[in-house]
Amino acid sequence: MTEKIGVYVCHCGTNIAGMVDVEGVAKWAAERLAHRGVVIARDYKFMCSSLGQELIEKDIQELGLTRVVVAACSPHLHEQTFRTACARAGLNPYLCELVSIREQVSWVHTDKAAATAKAKAVLSGGVERVTHHAPLEPLRVPIHPATLVVGGGIAGIQAALEIADSGTRVYLVEREPSIGGHMAQFDKTFPTLDCSACILTPKMVSVGNHPNITLMTYAEVTKVDGFVGNFEVTVTQKPRYVKVDLCTGCGVCEEKCPKKVVDDIFEVGLGKRKVIYRPFAQAVPKYPVLDRENCTYFIKGTCKACEKFCPTDAIDFEQKEEIITLKVGNIILATGFDLFNAHRIPQYGLGRLPNVFTSLEFERLCNAAGPTNGNVVMRDGTTVPKSVGIIHCVGSRDENYHAYCSSICCMQSLKFAHLVRERTGAEVYNFYIDMRAPGKGYEEFYHRLLEEGVHFVRGKVAEVSAFARLPGEEGHLIVQVEDTLIGKQRRIPLDMVVLSAGLEPRHDAKQVAKVFGISCSADGWYIEKHPKLDPVATMTEGIYIAGAVQGPKDIPASVAQGAAAAARVMGRIQQKEIALEPVRASIDETRCSGCRICNALCPFNAILYHADTAVSEVNPALCQGCGTCVAACPAGAISGTGFSDEQVLSQMEGLLLRNLQPVEV
Amino acid sequence: MTANGKPKFAMYWAAACGGCEIAVLNIHEKILDVDANFDVVFWPVAMDAKYKDVEAMPDQSITLCLFNGAIRNSENRHIAELLRRKSKILVAFGSCACEGGFPALSNLTTREETLRTAFSTVSTDNPQNLRPQPNYTVPEGELDIPHMYSVVRPLDQAVPVDYYMPGCPPESEQIAAVVELVIKALKGEATLPAAGSVIGAGHSTVCDECTRTRNEKKITGFTRIQDFRPDPALCLLEQGILCNGPATRNGCTARCPMAGVPCVGCYGPTDGARDFGGRLMSAVASVIDSTDPQEIERILDQIPDPVGSFYHTNLAGSLLQASKPTWEEDQHAAHHD
Repeated sequence: MTEKIGVYVCHCGTNIAGMVDVEGVAKWAAERLAHRGVVIARDYKFMCSSLGQELIEKDIQELGLTRVVVAACSPHLHEQTFRTACARAGLNPYLCELVSIREQVSWVHTDKAAATAKAKAVLSGGVERVTHHAPLEPLRVPIHPATLVVGGGIAGIQAALEIADSGTRVYLVEREPSIGGHMAQFDKTFPTLDCSACILTPKMVSVGNHPNITLMTYAEVTKVDGFVGNFEVTVTQKPRYVKVDLCTGCGVCEEKCPKKVVDDIFEVGLGKRKVIYRPFAQAVPKYPVLDRENCTYFIKGTCKACEKFCPTDAIDFEQKEEIITLKVGNIILATGFDLFNAHRIPQYGLGRLPNVFTSLEFERLCNAAGPTNGNVVMRDGTTVPKSVGIIHCVGSRDENYHAYCSSICCMQSLKFAHLVRERTGAEVYNFYIDMRAPGKGYEEFYHRLLEEGVHFVRGKVAEVSAFARLPGEEGHLIVQVEDTLIGKQRRIPLDMVVLSAGLEPRHDAKQVAKVFGISCSADGWYIEKHPKLDPVATMTEGIYIAGAVQGPKDIPASVAQGAAAAARVMGRIQQKEIALEPVRASIDETRCSGCRICNALCPFNAILYHADTAVSEVNPALCQGCGTCVAACPAGAISGTGFSDEQVLSQMEGLLLRNLQPVEV
Repeated sequence: MTANGKPKFAMYWAAACGGCEIAVLNIHEKILDVDANFDVVFWPVAMDAKYKDVEAMPDQSITLCLFNGAIRNSENRHIAELLRRKSKILVAFGSCACEGGFPALSNLTTREETLRTAFSTVSTDNPQNLRPQPNYTVPEGELDIPHMYSVVRPLDQAVPVDYYMPGCPPESEQIAAVVELVIKALKGEATLPAAGSVIGAGHSTVCDECTRTRNEKKITGFTRIQDFRPDPALCLLEQGILCNGPATRNGCTARCPMAGVPCVGCYGPTDGARDFGGRLMSAVASVIDSTDPQEIERILDQIPDPVGSFYHTNLAGSLLQASKPTWEEDQHAAHHD
C-alpha cells in the first residue's frame, strides 16, 4: 500500500455522535485499516469548522498524506469544503473522499451498536475507494455574455430587465403575441389591492424599449444545443403576417377587420377579439398578429381589409415561419403555470351551471379593461349577483387532483371576496379548508375581510347544484358543504359561485424540460438544484428557473426569483469563464464498437457518434457526469471519472469488510 | 523436456460437452504442428492415459495444458489441481473453464433438483429410479464415484489460471494462432502476454466485426428469430432480438449475428466489464423506448428466460458467484446423498 491515507470522523455535534461511537470508529480505522494505508485517524466535534479543516491541512503537510477520507455528512453538503481544505494544503482536491455517516447512518438508525458497525463499513469502503482516485483538474470554458429568458410573465420580465440593466444582451422569448403573462389578466393584486396593470405595464414597456433586450414574442424555443456558457438555441418565430419594421401599432387593421372570434386565451372565453389583434390594449410589443385559422382571406381568399387600410403597408400574407439561431451563455426558464381545469371536478358544475365561474374568468369580470368593463355580473351579462360563493382549494390539497397547496388561492379568494363586496355589496361566502396567509400583510388582509362582513365557512364543498329542495333555494345555485366548525351539513343558496382553481404545471412542461435538458418532478414542476440553498439553479449548469415554473407562487415570490436568477446569471457572466466539475464520462475508443446503445440516452445530448470510424464520443463540456451512459455501455468502454469500476468495486469490497485481516485472538 | 526434446502438451475435459476438443481437431493440418512441436502426454479424448501416469510426472513438467470444462464434481477439481501442479502454462480453455459455461445455469437451482431433472423426469428412461451412489460395494471391493458439487465453478475458482481463452467453443483460427504463438515463444521468437490475460480473442465487442447497420437504439418489444423474418442488413437488437453482441468480447468474426442468429455471449465480457449479464441487462434496460412503467414491464416480460439469456455462459464467473458455498460445505453436502 503506497498511499498515506488520513481518516477524519466528524461528531457533527450530536448529529452523528448521538448514534455512532465516533471515537471508537476513528480508533478502529487507525488499527484495523492501517494495513490499507491509513496512517492517521482522528475524530473532531465539527470537522467542517475552520479548526477541523486546519487539522486536515496540518496532517497533509506534516504527515505527507496522499489521500483524505472524511466521514461526516452528505457530499452534497460539505464535499466542496473538504476538497478546498485539501487544495489549500497542496493536495489535489479530488484525492479527498467524503463518506456520509450522518444522512446514511446516524439519522436513519436507532441502534447505536449497529449504526457504529455500519459507520465502520461505510468508512472502510471510502478508504478502499480513495486509493483509486486520480488527481483531476477542472475544465475551464468561456461564457458567452448573452442570456436567453424564456417566458414573458412577471418572473421573466424581472429577470430580463435586471440582466439588461447590468449591460449585457438578453433575448426574451414569449409564446403568446404579447408579454405580460397571467399578471396582465388580473385586475387587482393581493393584499395591497394595487392595480395589476398599473404596476406591470411600465415594466412591459421597459422591456419593449430596452436597448439590451431583444424581444421575440409569438415565438418558441425548439432546440437547445451546447452547454453552460455556450448554448446554441433555435427559436421558431411564428408568422404574425405583419412586418414589424413597418408597423407603427396604430391599430387601424384591428379596427377595420370585419371578423370577431371568441378570445379563449386572454379573455378566457368571456370576450371577443378581432382576427388581427393585440391581446390587450397595453400589449408589448405593439404589433398585432393575424390569426390565420380564422382569417377570411386565408379561408376564402378574399377580404384583405387589414392590408387595404394599413397606412404603412405592413401586412404581409406571405410571411413564413422563421428559424432563428441564438448564441447565449445562460438560460432562464420562466414559463409559468396553467390554471387547474375545474371541469375535471364535475360536481362543481363548471360548464354545466352557467353561473359557476373560474378564478381567471372572475379576474376578467373585475377588470376595468375586461369584457364587462369591470362590472361583476352573472353569465347573462347584466344581472348583478346578490350572493356569491367562493370555493378555495379547487384541484389543490385534494388527492384526486393535486396533493399540493397552490399557495395563492386563499389570498386570491380573499381578494375576490373584497372585490365582490366593493363592486356589488353582495353577500359573500368563502368556503375554505384552512386559511393560509403566510405572506407579508396577508394575515392582516384576512382580518380586514373578516371585518368587511364576508362569511367564512370552514369545510370542503361537496357539490354545487341547481336542484332546489328547501324554501329559498329556487332559482339559486346551492352549495352543499359540511361546516366543520359547527359540525353540520349546510345548503347555502347563492347566485354565483367562483372556483378558486389551483395552479398546475404547463401542459407541455415535460416536453419543454426535455428540450432544455432539465428534470421535473412527477407533477411537472421543474426541479431546483437545492430546495433551500439553490432555489433558482437546476442540475444542468447554465440553466436557471424562476417563478411558478418551479412550483406555485405569488407575484412577489416570482419577482424575487426572477431577480435571483438574474443575479446568478450576472455573476456567471462576470466570471467570464467557468470551471466545470471534471467528473465526466469518457469513451475508450479502442473498446467501443459503435453498438450505439448509449447514443440516445444522454440527457445532455453529449454523445456524438462518428459514422466513419463507428465509434461514439462524449463531449466533455456537455457531459454533466450523470453516469447514465457509463451504466448502459455493455462493453464497459465508457468510464465515469471518479466512478470507475475499480473505484466502485473496491468500495464494495471495503463495505463488506473484506479488506480486513483476521484479528489474532 | 522429454527424451525427444519436445515440450509436453496436455488437454483435459472436465464438465464439458466435447465441443472444445472438436474445435482443437478442427484446426486441420495445424494439428500436425502441435504434434511436431509438442509431445502430447495427456489427452483423454485422443489417446489412452491414466491419471496415475500424470501423477507420476514431475511438477511443472507439462509446458502447455489446455483445460476445458467447468468444475462440476470432485474428479474435475482433483484433476484441475493435479494439472495445475504439473503444468507451466495452464489455460482455461472455452467458456465452461473460463466462466462456468451454460452448465453453470444449474447454479440457479439446487443440486437435488438438477439430479431429479437428470434422472427422473418424464423424458428419462429410468424405471427403477436409480441415482448415482457415491459409494457402492461390489464383490471385488468398494467403488467410489466422484461427488457432484452443489454449484458449477469455473477453473479459476479451483486453481490459479495463467490464461483465459473464451468461446463456446473457441474459434479454430484463434486456437491455431495461440498454438503458433506458444511455439514461437518457446523458440524465443515471440513473447507471451501478461499472466491473467485473455488470449485468442479481441479487445472490443462482437459488434466491431458485425457488418449489420446500427442506429440509435430504441426497443419497443422483444421477439425471436423463429417468429418473424428479420431484416438481413439491420442490427438484430434493433429488431427486438436479444443479441448479446454489444457486451461480448470479439474474436469470433461475429459468426452468429452475421448468419442471422443472435449472439449468446460465449466469448464473455470485455476487458472493461466485470459482470457480463449485469452489463447487458443495464444496457438493454437503458434502450427500452418507453417511460411508462407498465409498458416497460410489458416489454421486458417478452424476454424469455432472462437469466438464461443474459448469463448464458457466464453465470458462475459473474458477481453473483459471491453466494456460492465453500468447498468444505460442498463436500459435506455431497456426502449426505
